[in-house]
Amino acid sequence: MKTAVIVFPGSNCDRDMAVALEQATGRKPQMVWHKDAALPQGLDLVAIPGGFSFGDYLRCGAIAAQAPVMRAVVAFANRGGHVLGVCNGFQVLIEAGLLPGALMRNAGLTFVCRDVTLEVATADSVFTSAYARGQALTVPVAHHDGNYVADAALLERLRGEDRIAFTYRDNPNGSTADIAGVLSGNRRVLGMMPHPERAVDPVLGGTDGTALFDSIAAAARIGA
Amino acid sequence: MSDRDTIEDLATAHGLSPDEMERIRRLLGRDPNLTELGIFSAMWNEHCSYKSSKKWLRTLPTEGPQVICGPGENAGVVDIGDGPDGRRLAVVFKMESHNHPSYIEPYQGAATGVGGILRDVFTMGARPVAAMNALSFGAPGHPRTPGLLAGVVAGVGGYGNCFGVPTVGGELRFDPAYNGNCLVNAFAAGIARADGIFYSAASGVGMPVVYLGAKTGRDGVGGATMASAEFDDTIEEKRPTVQVGDPFTEKRLMEACLELMATGAVISIQDMGAAGLTCSAVEMGDKGNLGIRLDLERVPVREANMTAYEMMLSESQERMLMVLRPEKEAEAKAVFDKWDLDFAIVGETIPEDRFLICMNGEVAADLPLKALSGEAPEYDRPWVEPPAPAPLGNIPEVDAAEALLTLMGSPNHCSRHWVYEQYDTSVGADTMRRPGSDAGIVRVHGTDKALAFTADVTPRYCKANPERGGAQAVAEAYRNLIATGARPLAVTDNLNFGNPEKPEIMGQFVGCIKGIGAACEALDMPVVSGNVSLYNETDGSAILPTPTIGAVGLLAHLSDAIGTRPQDGDALVRIGPQGGHLGASAFAHEVLGDRGGDAPAVDLTAERAAGELVLAARDAGLLRAAHDVADGGLAVAAAEMALAGGVGVTLDVSGLGALYGEDQGRYLLATSEPQALLDLATAHGVPAAVVGRFGGDAVTLAGTAVKLAELAAAHRGGLDAITSGPELASAAAHA
Repeated sequence: MKTAVIVFPGSNCDRDMAVALEQATGRKPQMVWHKDAALPQGLDLVAIPGGFSFGDYLRCGAIAAQAPVMRAVVAFANRGGHVLGVCNGFQVLIEAGLLPGALMRNAGLTFVCRDVTLEVATADSVFTSAYARGQALTVPVAHHDGNYVADAALLERLRGEDRIAFTYRDNPNGSTADIAGVLSGNRRVLGMMPHPERAVDPVLGGTDGTALFDSIAAAARIGA
Repeated sequence: MSDRDTIEDLATAHGLSPDEMERIRRLLGRDPNLTELGIFSAMWNEHCSYKSSKKWLRTLPTEGPQVICGPGENAGVVDIGDGPDGRRLAVVFKMESHNHPSYIEPYQGAATGVGGILRDVFTMGARPVAAMNALSFGAPGHPRTPGLLAGVVAGVGGYGNCFGVPTVGGELRFDPAYNGNCLVNAFAAGIARADGIFYSAASGVGMPVVYLGAKTGRDGVGGATMASAEFDDTIEEKRPTVQVGDPFTEKRLMEACLELMATGAVISIQDMGAAGLTCSAVEMGDKGNLGIRLDLERVPVREANMTAYEMMLSESQERMLMVLRPEKEAEAKAVFDKWDLDFAIVGETIPEDRFLICMNGEVAADLPLKALSGEAPEYDRPWVEPPAPAPLGNIPEVDAAEALLTLMGSPNHCSRHWVYEQYDTSVGADTMRRPGSDAGIVRVHGTDKALAFTADVTPRYCKANPERGGAQAVAEAYRNLIATGARPLAVTDNLNFGNPEKPEIMGQFVGCIKGIGAACEALDMPVVSGNVSLYNETDGSAILPTPTIGAVGLLAHLSDAIGTRPQDGDALVRIGPQGGHLGASAFAHEVLGDRGGDAPAVDLTAERAAGELVLAARDAGLLRAAHDVADGGLAVAAAEMALAGGVGVTLDVSGLGALYGEDQGRYLLATSEPQALLDLATAHGVPAAVVGRFGGDAVTLAGTAVKLAELAAAHRGGLDAITSGPELASAAAHA
């Protein structure tokens, strides 16, 4: 399986994402610099890592969404490619128009870093197929702007199309309907605020994120 | 400038004493011009020259087989053994204060404190892997406390989170002595190859001096001089001397520096911290026995019409000075361009002992370089033994369980989750233990090793008895590392005191240093870096003596880590003496409101023996959980273990002294094999006893009990009164 991790100036979970992907797929991902206008050939998945791309100046993810590499990522997604955005990566995907809604400042106004309990809201995606619907996961969050906002119409559409991937049991940021992660219309793009790549090693206190990466690897093996 | 009165006034305004001004005249054989005066004031102030503290800092133990580089560089360097490729690795760390700026502008003051210490670490060639911060604020009810707390915490998080370093430990305290001077001590540690450490000494004549990073502005002009002065009611006027941080630029600067170092282009490197361009250039020249010429018109600036004086004293953040190999210029430029960073060749090394500053072809300053650091004044400040503390009053009978609730719900001893949940504690995906226990643990990436980090000091002990207090700070750091399963390696000291020109304050300083030195020697934890912050006084009132010890330990294997969660049925074993010392204790302060009594004695031999016993018990597989006994004695330590494990505990100990005494050299251990543990203790000659058992849903002591749920709620909510007001929202919104 061939994966790539996009690196912006200010990305700081790029290595963590690469470690998690390598652990699941057995292959090192290619690290792709934001100034590159093209992606490597034959990718199965592009991951956009967490961090503070371009300092989160202007608006989280807004400047990164304009980087040369993002035109290639959008084209890749539009061709049906799989894209995973975590934390800042989720913000970038929204700014790039690949996912709906908005991520606003946390309701409590402060940065929040702690383990949260997530519920798997759908197992019907290449990212969540190794989980059971309703399964509870312990995964850390670490963000200042993770308050997912969807208006009533969007929420109805997300629910109707089963595109809510994860919800919080104890909402840390004020997100609409406790939403922690959403899928694109074709279910091939996932954006989520919690960090599954920080929960893939028993030494670090948890492995509930492992199945997400295993789901991706399994999907690639059967050519989903 | 020729007018005597004018220049004397200018010298005074720059914080230079008449004696120091005379010394400058003797060195130059003339009056300095304004830029030169500014340069002298920057180099000779307390913050940069350590003129009051040097004599005593020299007495600290700084050597050991594990030490690769002790004090004097940007950070200390300690060997941690082989890395994944068989090459030796080193941990690079330091702690530094940003007290004065944080009191004036808490968000930016704290943020740039974090930025400064991270720069110190990556300047040495290390990638930062862990941060801590030790914070002291005024009384919980003081009107400035909520805003300072919220602003400082948001600033620490705002910088470290964006930069991408996990914050894994720290300290937080409140005391009226800090009403007018909060303390913000920032620690950072990084990992480097032991043969890939970079130093500041320039070498080679005619080598290009390269400026890298953010542009220079007027921010922070005179910051180091401000940090060496007492505060008074003109403090609001000092706001323009606080720098503004840009963690995004610092992250790029770090990546660019590490890439550049890998190319072999870097001869020497020095970050621009206090007194910016002046201090960094002098440091490089002085250490390399060379002169430096700077052409200031080449310095990248973000404000028009800056004078030489302003450029030399600017403390704009995220800037580096390096000496590069000329033949590697193209490679260097490619790295800077990749990261979109400004760089410029701003000068060169010259053979003679000279610090020559030119601007547009005119000489702005022409000084003997060595004299700026080497000839800086050094004072043997008079000091007196601090007065003996008032005796502790009679201990009234209080309900032991109620006292426990009071203590564990007090702002000084409650859960710090409100603080550390604002810090990214797991970025990098190597954090094995987050804040909230004895020490943070971070895996050394790609290896089976880990490092443990803790920051400790008990200022009320240092006030009561500076020598015991200094020793206790080191001993507690040692215990916190041992309790996680780490072998202590070395320390960095961040010495915060009042005005050293007052003999009783200088006496506190001297006493603390003596205690720190003795403890570091006995516990084999040399001091490898540090920082001194004096003049922490407002309107003549000094802070508590606060020598923060930042300590690092090594876990040779990840499996060496000792757990934190006891289980139902485990025995609770006390290591160390039974105790009963309530002088200067948390119980006396928080429950009785009695600040009297001496600090507990520190028996360093016993301390070492107890530590070795705990590690031996770990090796024998006897330990489920370990915890250091500190503030609040056995009762608080046992209750904290109960909360961590989610299981009640019954303490078979009676008497307030035995429950809340703060005798040193003690641990509480949870084990399913108490007899084997007691036998091991006997073999080590360390006193030990079974003092309780885990089980149930309450903490039971001296015949009274408090439900775990009630205790957890009090512990968790202890900061609510400070953090729920309107001040908080405005500080957070500022972030």
